[in-house]
Amino acid sequence: MTAAFLRVAILPLVAGFASLALAADIPTAERRSGSEFMGPETRAMQDDDTTNPGMLWVLDGEAAWRRREGAADKSCADCHGYAQTSMNGVAARYPAFDAAKGRPVDLEERINMCRSEQQKATPLPFESQALLALTAYVGRQSRGQAIAVADDARTYPFIAAGREIFERRQGQLDLSCASCHDDNWGKKLAGAPVPQAHPTGYPTYRLEWQTLGSLQRRLRNCMIGMRAEPYAYGTAENVDLELYLMWRARGLAIETPAVRP
Amino acid sequence: MIDYDRAMQATRRSILIGSARLAVGAGLVSLVGTIPARATPQTMRDAIREAVGDAPLRTGRVTLDIPSLVENGNTVPLTVAVDSPMTESDHVKTIHIFNEKNPQPHVITIALGPRAGKARVATRIKLADTQQVVAIAAMSDGSLWTASADVIVTIAACIEDVN
Amino acid sequence: MARTLLNVPAKAARGEIIEIKTLIAHPMESGYRVGLNGAMIPRDIIDLFVCTYNGAEVFRATLSPAIAANPFITFSTVATESGTIEFRWTGDNGFSQTESVLIAVE
Repeated sequence: MTAAFLRVAILPLVAGFASLALAADIPTAERRSGSEFMGPETRAMQDDDTTNPGMLWVLDGEAAWRRREGAADKSCADCHGYAQTSMNGVAARYPAFDAAKGRPVDLEERINMCRSEQQKATPLPFESQALLALTAYVGRQSRGQAIAVADDARTYPFIAAGREIFERRQGQLDLSCASCHDDNWGKKLAGAPVPQAHPTGYPTYRLEWQTLGSLQRRLRNCMIGMRAEPYAYGTAENVDLELYLMWRARGLAIETPAVRP
Repeated sequence: MIDYDRAMQATRRSILIGSARLAVGAGLVSLVGTIPARATPQTMRDAIREAVGDAPLRTGRVTLDIPSLVENGNTVPLTVAVDSPMTESDHVKTIHIFNEKNPQPHVITIALGPRAGKARVATRIKLADTQQVVAIAAMSDGSLWTASADVIVTIAACIEDVN
Repeated sequence: MARTLLNVPAKAARGEIIEIKTLIAHPMESGYRVGLNGAMIPRDIIDLFVCTYNGAEVFRATLSPAIAANPFITFSTVATESGTIEFRWTGDNGFSQTESVLIAVE
């Protein structure tokens, strides 16, 4: 385990973006979105916008996009215009490095930065319906686009940190994320297929939740399933994991708002 | 699954409370009284009789489309179609859906008529457990037709506690 | 106001059977779940959905707690004349919502 840690810690310093990949990673040709592990009924629910319950949030987000907010009395649209063009491909590139903060920020935090800095409005709480709606609306504009976090050397240490968490055994069951999603994907757990854990469709309508939820909520679910202490919303650990997972899912298509069991 | 898992937890808790009462001499009656109701094949039959009466249920004309292996019992797609010309003189009046093992046997009752054009309805339901789902169509001539489906409900591997 | 997603064709031929799809944002809290404090979460469901076509009822559904959150109901009706197709959802805690769409029938 120490050796593995050193390997991921050192690599980013000596090599470029492509070399962040390790031999043990799921080969590119074998990477599959979670939607390919679902049954045809759940797939059909996702693929038809008139039956996908996540579209309820997208519609709310569309209204929020045009609504003026905060002391600046500005809407998202006042700066960004039509989301269909200005937000096209954006969600596929997040989390992204923010120079002022000196660290990557995820899409939810980016939306809240716009709220506090541009709209002079109160940031929306994590997992609030309002934040989920805006994130879903922005994410929807990238549907079908290939996930492509930027090849930005400043993010390498954060990708490596996310990988370290992903591969670290923790919790009462002594499991790592990789124990299931790198080493045992495609097998069954309690009758359900183990997917590869690619965040292709967040925010996602999870049938289990009966509502839309963020990737951070899903990560916390995994941690609870592993009987480990979940990271709090907005912590560096969660964002590092999000970044690593998006880097790991590079090339797969965005499905937001996805439907998952 | 989370709903009914919790309902079952409540059942277990109630039993424990009931046992405690028993231990202090409160008696068996309070034990029975604290267990929440849950549908059974018998309560489903009773609910069906209450909804459609005692006329014989004939198998056929009803198609119940529901996945045989359900990925998550919280949202199960269901389509029911009835073979009927849907005319003034010959149409489906009501369609009922029942289940065996949810807390309540009744799921949905649909009233339609010749203006529907065709008797085909889809919705999404919750299923607490692996069980049988029953659809019954009541026709304008008073006849009752039925179809049933056995559904296996798997649980999501990583569920969360209430946050 | 709960968000709804309605799919109704804007135009139809007279006598055509049209498919109508409806989704409404609602938790459909069953009344059988236990909250953090160990107490049952009170039931909060939509228990009735009615569709009228130019005022005449064409479809009605009575819902129990076993209907999934964000109720989805799909059904059909015959396009008889141009006018308004109205949807009404009612339920616990005074929930009531009405939406309507226009249809042109030629």
